[in-house]
Amino acid sequence: MAGFDKVVTSYAEALEGLEDNMTIIAGGFGLCGIPENLIKEIKRRGTKGLTIASNNAGVDGKGLGILLEDRQIKKMIASYVGENALFEAQMMSGELEVELTPQGTLAEKMRAGGAGIPAFFTATGYGTPVGEGKEVRVFNGREYILEEALFGDFSIAKAWKADRYGNLMFRKTARNFNPMAITAGKIAVVEVEEIVEVGQLDPDEIHLPGIYVNRLIQGTFEKTIEQLTVRSA
Amino acid sequence: MALSREQLAQRVAQEFHDGFYVNLGIGIPTLAANYIPEDMQVMLQSENGLLGMGPFPLEEEVDADLINAGKQTVTMVTGASLFSSAESFAMIRGGHVDLTVLGAFEVDCQGNIASYMIPGKLIKGMGGAMDLVAGADNIIVTMTHASKSGASKLLAECTLPLTGKGCIKRVLTDLALMDIVEGKFVLRERARGVSVEEIAKLTAGELVIPDNVPEMRF
Repeated sequence: MAGFDKVVTSYAEALEGLEDNMTIIAGGFGLCGIPENLIKEIKRRGTKGLTIASNNAGVDGKGLGILLEDRQIKKMIASYVGENALFEAQMMSGELEVELTPQGTLAEKMRAGGAGIPAFFTATGYGTPVGEGKEVRVFNGREYILEEALFGDFSIAKAWKADRYGNLMFRKTARNFNPMAITAGKIAVVEVEEIVEVGQLDPDEIHLPGIYVNRLIQGTFEKTIEQLTVRSA
Repeated sequence: MALSREQLAQRVAQEFHDGFYVNLGIGIPTLAANYIPEDMQVMLQSENGLLGMGPFPLEEEVDADLINAGKQTVTMVTGASLFSSAESFAMIRGGHVDLTVLGAFEVDCQGNIASYMIPGKLIKGMGGAMDLVAGADNIIVTMTHASKSGASKLLAECTLPLTGKGCIKRVLTDLALMDIVEGKFVLRERARGVSVEEIAKLTAGELVIPDNVPEMRF
């Protein structure tokens, strides 16, 4: 009896059921807090035609960037896609469809998707290319556009610590899109640095309850730094 | 003399008030953090989920899990807090951030801003800029007044795709500080040694010139 135990022991098992042309919601900001091993497993599986919603698309050879090498991504929903030559090439040639979405709207689309809210109004993007073709409503004298929620067949995310029930804690700015991404996928797969026994996390300090998590795996992480900046003592 | 990057940052910092929560965009706005007066408390918001951003880390403090919105490694000040991107943009969209400072390609006298996309050139995305301009009440745009070839970037109507509509009220350029009031630019201050005529010549949108336009003071 597995009960609430969400732990799986292999990455193959973690992504079992992922098929061509599915939609994946992914956590991470730049290369910070990305589910790097789950992304590598998607590459290994060779799943194609994917639609991926993630704030960024990785860089060449890192993060979601590695899925471009074998043209596994059909469509990318992101707020910022710089720093990636292969991405630019595939976008320019039309092989890769890109839906640029404001960062806060993207976070809210994921949150709404996970919270059973099909759409919401926001002032962000009104009067810009983002608002084109979208319903406009006026509330208290201001224009808002209707944005629809995002739902995924899978979500892939990274947290810092979890108990076996999938209760999660994140660390510093590696939290970013991860909590919302997890809630918006039908099958939410989370990789963490450490899994502890149930009861070892203070319920008051859990950032995301295990109810949202379907599969949990412990991994080791490269944690590549995109822009190393230091000051001298 | 046109303002240097450092002088622009210094002038931006004069807009800070004690107890302000401030979001600084990439580039010149970020530099303004170096000029927060010592007797003032200002908390910097980084939209990837940090309130209370500190300086860059010492080499031994570097933490891959702690970055700013420009993906640079940073530190936290005492009293900082961490949260998700949804929470971060709730505070931005909800109008809880006191001041937002960001760059632009063009601003027009209707308060429109274009800052993320030049058609025909590579489009990298708007990141959080659209949410920031839509959510904040108090925004300062920092930019150069004109292109290298002398074409004004302060227009009657933006030519590039917009980042936000009717949301800009204050613009700081390398030549002048201007407010946008009822569809007109109003000249408030000028850079040292820059004449009102020079600014007028490089401002394509309608410009109101008050009797007294003081030089900026640092």
